[in-house]
Amino acid sequence: MDKKTRKILLDPLHVNNPITLQVLGICSALAVTTKLETAIVMSAALTFVTAMSNAAVSVLRNRIPGNIRIIVQLTIIASLVIIADQFMKAYIYSVSKQLSVFVGLIITNCIVMGRAEAFAMANPPGLSFIDGIGNGLGYSAILLIVAFFRELFGSGSLLGFTVFQKVNMGGWYTPNGLMVLAPGAFFLIGFIIWIQRTVTPSMVEEE
Amino acid sequence: MKLLRKILDSQAHIFEKGGKLEKLYPLWEAQDTFLYTPGERTRDHGPHVRDALDIKRTMSMVVIALIPCVIAAILNSGYQAQSWLAAHGGTPNPAWIGSALAALGLETGTIGAIVVHGVLLFLPVYIVSMAVGGGLEATFSIIRKHEINEGFLVTGMLYPLVLPPTIPLWQVALGVAFGVVLGKEVFGGTGMNILNPALTARAFLFFAYPAQISGVQPWVAVDGFSTATPLSQFAASGHVVDWNWFQAFIGAIPGSMGETSTFACLIGAAILIGSGIGSWRIMVSCLGGLFGMSLLLNIVGSDTNPFFGVPFYWHLVCGGFAFGAVFMATDPVSAAISDRGKFIYGALIGALCVLVRVLNPAYPEGMMLAILFMNLFSPLIDYFVVKANAKRREMRLAVQQ
Repeated sequence: MDKKTRKILLDPLHVNNPITLQVLGICSALAVTTKLETAIVMSAALTFVTAMSNAAVSVLRNRIPGNIRIIVQLTIIASLVIIADQFMKAYIYSVSKQLSVFVGLIITNCIVMGRAEAFAMANPPGLSFIDGIGNGLGYSAILLIVAFFRELFGSGSLLGFTVFQKVNMGGWYTPNGLMVLAPGAFFLIGFIIWIQRTVTPSMVEEE
Repeated sequence: MKLLRKILDSQAHIFEKGGKLEKLYPLWEAQDTFLYTPGERTRDHGPHVRDALDIKRTMSMVVIALIPCVIAAILNSGYQAQSWLAAHGGTPNPAWIGSALAALGLETGTIGAIVVHGVLLFLPVYIVSMAVGGGLEATFSIIRKHEINEGFLVTGMLYPLVLPPTIPLWQVALGVAFGVVLGKEVFGGTGMNILNPALTARAFLFFAYPAQISGVQPWVAVDGFSTATPLSQFAASGHVVDWNWFQAFIGAIPGSMGETSTFACLIGAAILIGSGIGSWRIMVSCLGGLFGMSLLLNIVGSDTNPFFGVPFYWHLVCGGFAFGAVFMATDPVSAAISDRGKFIYGALIGALCVLVRVLNPAYPEGMMLAILFMNLFSPLIDYFVVKANAKRREMRLAVQQ
């Protein structure tokens, strides 16, 4: 893998993260991260959709008329989301039910549209696919970190298995109610942004 | 005194630039200027007003104004627990206080037992708050190389006063850490915070561990004891059955430790206004907002919600209104700055407090949420006040846009 490809794949994981640097896709990061399981499924779905839509849009990029390009991109993305949604309903119905509307809302996820518009429209299919994977993974990384802490501290469990025995079950752990509420995810994402910028000062905007 | 100054001066080189413990300079500076007025002036150019009333003196004044509330907190927490124990028996919560009282030979219900019980309830919470919060504050000032600010002396004292007497100490530590780090330090430390740090800490506990800070359980330090606070009695039936107005005014009601006594808050208010530290505009307009909104709700009335009919003089003495209006809303950093803005800010706090109490069935008390909410709006209020002022002056000068 040459340097450029690696940059496209790995940059979204840290220095150009779609959630913590571009602050896109926040809505689902708040909504599906109370449990690790839903976060994993959501991450996989979004990575799939971003990668495939990037590749498809990139293949068609020279044929799409400029003034209707958003509609064409949306059609492609919507088709892929339906595939992902149907697949989940067929094989992991219970998780699909918990995610409910948020799978369908991948269509409007700013990351998917943003990459199609900003990257796939100007780059060849192979690179666009890698860019989609990279951004999907960047999104996934944040989602998984947030969901890990929210489930652990909010419910004392991970993937449904008890880690901290809760007080009302006879254990010692008092669950933190804030973690289950949406603000808990905001605070965690804020913490991640803080840590990232402390570790990599180049991420801090100049004033 | 000269001797102390000499000792300090002879040790200063260790902490100054190039010294062995250069990194710990903020700690050195803090204790040095705590004892003596700093000898150096603000550097750089520009006119600076020299005034003996620096942040340290301002904050010390607030701490002095809080003393009546601390005394009330100790007396009332002890009184609530002891009067129940004397009448009905039971064990104190936490239980070690019971053994401590027994070891001292204090008979249940006596004045001595009340005072000692109150001290044993308040002091651990205060110590944890100061140790954890102060430790974090010092850590940040060492890393960021700025002075340690006495603002925390106030935050660390306000915070225990707004907690219930039975609060677990680990929650106290977690809350104050949240308040200091996310309420203040992430914004750049003292003077940069948009929210009141003590209230941020309480809000964290309120949403994270509601069972220990709301409802009927936590207000009296007796094991397994539960009582409705006056506010929750109002929410349920529209009148208070267990206490009269005077008891609520002097603070002999269950509630958060320092908040119950409106009388102690009034003494604090007198000290703050008299010394020019606290803004009377905010306090008065808070009162006005509370008065106006509760009167409005009295007039509107409701068949289903008995809280509508509660008169303003009860709103005034219940819950955290007085404490919040005197000590929390007047925090000079998070409040509005312009004089006109202070009136708007205070009035909205008073009105919102009553609105949350009456109209939100989930929260019988609304002062904390009202103040935090208006903290967020205070820059906006100031902005519009300045804009309106500029516009008025333009009109006066007949400048056409």
